[in-house]
Amino acid sequence: MLFSLALLLGCQLVGEIVTRGAGLPVPGPVAGLALLLALFAVRPQLVAALRPTTSVILANLSLLFVPAGVGVIGNLDVIAQDWAALSAVLLVSTLLSMLAAVGTFLAVRGLTGRDSA
Amino acid sequence: MTEFATLWSYLSASPLTWLTATLVAYLVGSRISRALGHAPVANPVLLSVCLIAPALALTGTDYATYFEGAQFIHFLLGPATVALAVPLIDNRKIIRRSVLPIVLALIAGSVVAVISVIGLAQALGLPPLVVLSLAPKSTTAPVALGVSEAVGGIPTLTAVFVIVTGILGAIIVTPMMNLLRITDWRARGFAAGVAAHGIGTARAFQVNQTAGAFAGIGMALNALLTSLIVPVLVRALI
Repeated sequence: MLFSLALLLGCQLVGEIVTRGAGLPVPGPVAGLALLLALFAVRPQLVAALRPTTSVILANLSLLFVPAGVGVIGNLDVIAQDWAALSAVLLVSTLLSMLAAVGTFLAVRGLTGRDSA
Repeated sequence: MTEFATLWSYLSASPLTWLTATLVAYLVGSRISRALGHAPVANPVLLSVCLIAPALALTGTDYATYFEGAQFIHFLLGPATVALAVPLIDNRKIIRRSVLPIVLALIAGSVVAVISVIGLAQALGLPPLVVLSLAPKSTTAPVALGVSEAVGGIPTLTAVFVIVTGILGAIIVTPMMNLLRITDWRARGFAAGVAAHGIGTARAFQVNQTAGAFAGIGMALNALLTSLIVPVLVRALI
């Protein structure tokens, strides 16, 4: 577990260094994710070593959003003022985005027709 | 009574109290979610926030004090993003077969998310600062905060919009996809990850492992794309 944590944090750290150092608009953790994928390609046995730790983290992904979610109490003034408009905007925009993504995915899959699974 | 007051002044300011409270609230929230058969509205993040926010209000604790404890959990968002490499590699064969749908659905979902949120917010007359803070709402929290700051929004407000978007997406995705009779777990999961980032991804993992993996790809790729397109679209639309 310590090895897995060190590897995950190390990838994120290198990701932050590279993206900040080179002034790339890519978020550090995403660069870290790409780096870890590259490491997996070189050393496939790392996947099995990491899996026990990453499956615990990913199974409880929701927990990690709770602190930011509680931030709602720090912004109550702005939110209380426009809560109806804000809720409507977020709901409709999320719905449209999801429809656009799923519709495009299915349409392109249908056009290329490589598999139907 | 004074002893209690001294003890409480220690406890209420200690990171230990609010770190523990966050974990316990989440455990209670996920138990409620499980007891209700993972019903979409019984979202674990929503339930946890509904338990913690009143506790903070009752004890007169401000968010900065709360966050001193909760930051240890918040910090794990970064390593959790890196950890998505494992489901990605596990599903590399099905992913390789869907490269074109993935790329085009990403662009469609991401661009629609940003343009629609800016357009709707402006149409409803929301203040410019709020519109800027809304723009990166579909991407994962650490990325959205950075983008918000870069375009002149308010990062803490963006954090709230990101979480609300994730919760709304996680609540509507299953009923919406069932209503539309979409049975392809890859398409369903991918859309949830693009539109509702990590909370949508957590929801997808609750429903189906393949959907979860595709949601993870959607979330990771959208983190990348949103950070590239928001500054451009903001300049074009606002």
